[in-house]
Amino acid sequence: MSTATTHAEEVHTHAHDHEHEHHELNFWTKYIFSTDHKTIAKQYLISGIIWAFIGGSLSIIFRLQLGFPEMQLDWLRPILGEWIDEGGKLDKEFYLALVTMHGTIMVFFVLTAGLSGTFSNFLIPLQIGARDMASGFINMLSYWFFFLSSMIMFASLFLETGPASGGWVIYPPLSALPQAMPGSGLGMTMWLTAMTFFIVSSLMGGINYICTVINLRTRGMTFTKMPLTIWSFFFTAVLGLLSFPVLLSAALLLIFDRSFGTSFYLSEIYIQGQALPNMGGSPILYQHLFWFLGHPEVYIVLLPALGMTSEIIATNSRKPIFGYRAMIGSMMGITVLAFIVWAHHMFVTGMNPFLGSVFMFLTLIIAVPSAVKAFNYITTLWKGNLIFTPAMLFSIGLVSLFISGGVTGIILGNSALDINLHDTYFVVAHFHLVMGAASFFGLMAGVYHWFPKMFGRLMNKTLGYIHFWFTFVGVYMVFFPMHYIGIAGFPRRYYSFTAVGNDGAAAFTDMNSFISIAAIITFSAQAIFAWNFFYSIFKGKRAPQNPWNSTTLEWTTPIEPGHGNWEGEIPAVYRWPYDYSKPGSDVDFIPQNVPFSATKSSNLPEEEAEIAKEKEINGLLDAQNESYNR
Amino acid sequence: MFYLIGLLSVIFFALAISVISKSIKLNKALVADENTGSALDSNNNANAYGMIIFWALGTIVGVWSFIVAKPDFLPVAASEHGLRTDSMFWISMSVVTFAFFATNTLLLFFAFKYRYNKDRKATFYPVNHKLELIWTVIPAIVMAILVFTGWRTWRDITSQAPSDAVVIEITGHQFGWYVRYAGNDDNQLGNYNYKLIDETNNIGIDFTDKNSFDDFTATELHLPKGKAVLLKIHAQDVLHSVYLPFHRVKMDAVPGMPTKFWFTPNMTTDEMRAKLGKKDFNYKLNCTEICGRGHFGMAITVFVDEPEDYKKWCAEQKPFLATNPTYLAKVPDNLKAKASKYIPVEPVAVDSAAAPAEEAVSVN
Repeated sequence: MSTATTHAEEVHTHAHDHEHEHHELNFWTKYIFSTDHKTIAKQYLISGIIWAFIGGSLSIIFRLQLGFPEMQLDWLRPILGEWIDEGGKLDKEFYLALVTMHGTIMVFFVLTAGLSGTFSNFLIPLQIGARDMASGFINMLSYWFFFLSSMIMFASLFLETGPASGGWVIYPPLSALPQAMPGSGLGMTMWLTAMTFFIVSSLMGGINYICTVINLRTRGMTFTKMPLTIWSFFFTAVLGLLSFPVLLSAALLLIFDRSFGTSFYLSEIYIQGQALPNMGGSPILYQHLFWFLGHPEVYIVLLPALGMTSEIIATNSRKPIFGYRAMIGSMMGITVLAFIVWAHHMFVTGMNPFLGSVFMFLTLIIAVPSAVKAFNYITTLWKGNLIFTPAMLFSIGLVSLFISGGVTGIILGNSALDINLHDTYFVVAHFHLVMGAASFFGLMAGVYHWFPKMFGRLMNKTLGYIHFWFTFVGVYMVFFPMHYIGIAGFPRRYYSFTAVGNDGAAAFTDMNSFISIAAIITFSAQAIFAWNFFYSIFKGKRAPQNPWNSTTLEWTTPIEPGHGNWEGEIPAVYRWPYDYSKPGSDVDFIPQNVPFSATKSSNLPEEEAEIAKEKEINGLLDAQNESYNR
Repeated sequence: MFYLIGLLSVIFFALAISVISKSIKLNKALVADENTGSALDSNNNANAYGMIIFWALGTIVGVWSFIVAKPDFLPVAASEHGLRTDSMFWISMSVVTFAFFATNTLLLFFAFKYRYNKDRKATFYPVNHKLELIWTVIPAIVMAILVFTGWRTWRDITSQAPSDAVVIEITGHQFGWYVRYAGNDDNQLGNYNYKLIDETNNIGIDFTDKNSFDDFTATELHLPKGKAVLLKIHAQDVLHSVYLPFHRVKMDAVPGMPTKFWFTPNMTTDEMRAKLGKKDFNYKLNCTEICGRGHFGMAITVFVDEPEDYKKWCAEQKPFLATNPTYLAKVPDNLKAKASKYIPVEPVAVDSAAAPAEEAVSVN
């Protein structure tokens, strides 16, 4: 065996060197049109951060309107131009455009592309022990389709008629009829075009993630030895692959309705003094198609965050994640259930009430795996030895927000209670906590944790702590009071609350101002992160190879891994990724690539049997090398 | 409220500043400890204390802000099903608030208690099937109970409206609501067709249907107390949503797909005024589905009257045909006699039957 191994090794290193010579990368192929998964991940991350600041600043503008309805906004005219009307007020249509673009940007461009795009790309090959994605080229295309989509969406912000303004869900007929609102003109066309490219991008990414996880695991990396991050990326990719095409069909039918005179979503419409000829379409059809993606989308943004924080919490508690298999099981449960709960967004749309009952049952079932996850997180902390890195703080923050936002889902998933709460601020509070803030915290945790692997340097921890505390307190300050406003019956997407009547607007003026101030502070605190991030890329302290004493494979690569990730052989994997503080072991972590035969003192009885398999795992080397060299 | 804001802001800043200053202080004091573990630094305890401070202040502010905000919540429901959903809401809310508080407490308390201590080793505790079973089954049971009660309520709310329900049609358009009543004679709404809409007949009432003849329209919504009311909901242009916050009623208005919602108001406007101590209180009907520029202002006033007052009000209303006699021309010949009943005798003479037809066309 040894000769074979050596031989293969030679062949492989040779091939690898050869590859390197061949590629002598110029600036364009190294940083721009790169097929290296790590570079693509960084491209996604930096694009995501830029989008997050754009999306966040849009929300600050409309929070100014909501918090300070009397405020003169003339000073914004240099940026917003005509969108500030003569009275110094925000234009009413532009308010809706802001709400729409804030949602679109945050959900798709930040939390889908920026989170899953970044970390699936970065971590899948590194943690399963692969040299790169299954197809580096498709991976590159995936980013550039996303970039194209970003450019189109960004350009639409500058249209004279404004960007899409019908809410991020773009329900027709509002989005289908340019005469209904100016934002449904060219802005909507560009929204649909951009989203089409976005879907192409995420499908290419998703196919790659799935193929890579299934096919390119290193020897010994069985499915039950994969870190939870990989499991979560895998489920996320499956969700995306099955649900994004449905959004594409929804968008295509909408494009047909808008441009080619079809009536998929339009029927019996009288608008602006004109009766349209469209008959027989159904706006509800669009809602079904949209939410068939829209609900899985919640988990597309949340699952990667849950996966990464499982990893971070285990590492920094110096303790195995509690209930590894239950965590996989609940993610699997969430993945499956995510596809059959979509109509809980539609209880009061006129859908058959019987369907409402069915979806209520299914929706409340999904609370069970979510609860299991929360309990498992908490038990992981129990009797740990907790090190509060910024990543760990953000992970604990995620668990807190996931619970706080999740519990109100039980209220909203109850169709009888949803009647009154649907489309009020209660919903806004709910999904911002559970999906927006929780996923954002996962993103931040991931950045702080894997920054040393990405850039070979450390981020400043003190700034990280300050960033965390401002954000954690700030997020609660912004979204917790929104529950109250929702219980008071305030509808969302309202420019002002004057028509609520009976001094309703006055009752919450102070609270709305408070929320706006908290939002501005929280948003400003993100500048600390931005500075820390970009400064540390160039000037941060050099990172050690394994700064967090973690067990997973990415920390066995060189500090700044080159194309191909490992110099020489890819390490084999012998154990699960959570051997922290194992009784009998001298060190408090045993990396996945350490065989059981080397850790006799700490092996559990059933693990002794694994020693026999080590030979077999090593024997897989030839096969693997062959597949790479082919 | 002003004090609430002030105090919350102070707490917000105090918390941030205390954590920062503590970090800096500990940072200076404990530089020597820097090498106990490569990922560990001297701020570890400060962050751990931050967790417990956050928990304590969060609990206080949470409870207190709830008490302060409570008077501005929607008052007691003004409909029969609303009373049921309200009590269910507060029961569910207490269940989830308990879960929220208990789990967040454990999370933040564990984070504090098990902060790094170099003399201690973390407990290797990878799995406990019994524990997992317990916390799978308990939420499942709680969920099942909540779902079951929710489902029963939902089933009752969405059941068929009683046959004697007062039928009222609400039509949403950019940006307002049209209201049409079934009339004083037949309690039957006539047909409508969006192609018949013109400047006067802005709902598109179809006068080939004899049920339309006595229908009357209004700019405000009047409802009888204690009687089942069936709202038949339409939209003309884009999606809208009928929202009666005080009655806990919400249903989308969809172009091309009529929807409905029935409920029983149980408190008149006057009773609610007395209850709230606000003389100028009025129920409102708002729109809760984004519909364009005027979405936020799309509201009409709703009056809930004692049944006899409601009857009186209805009797005072004139059928659409009576106020717009020119539409008699749209009535088919065989029904003209029936329709003419509603036409006031003096202003329009029967001999000018041809003229109104032209007039109606010109309106188009």
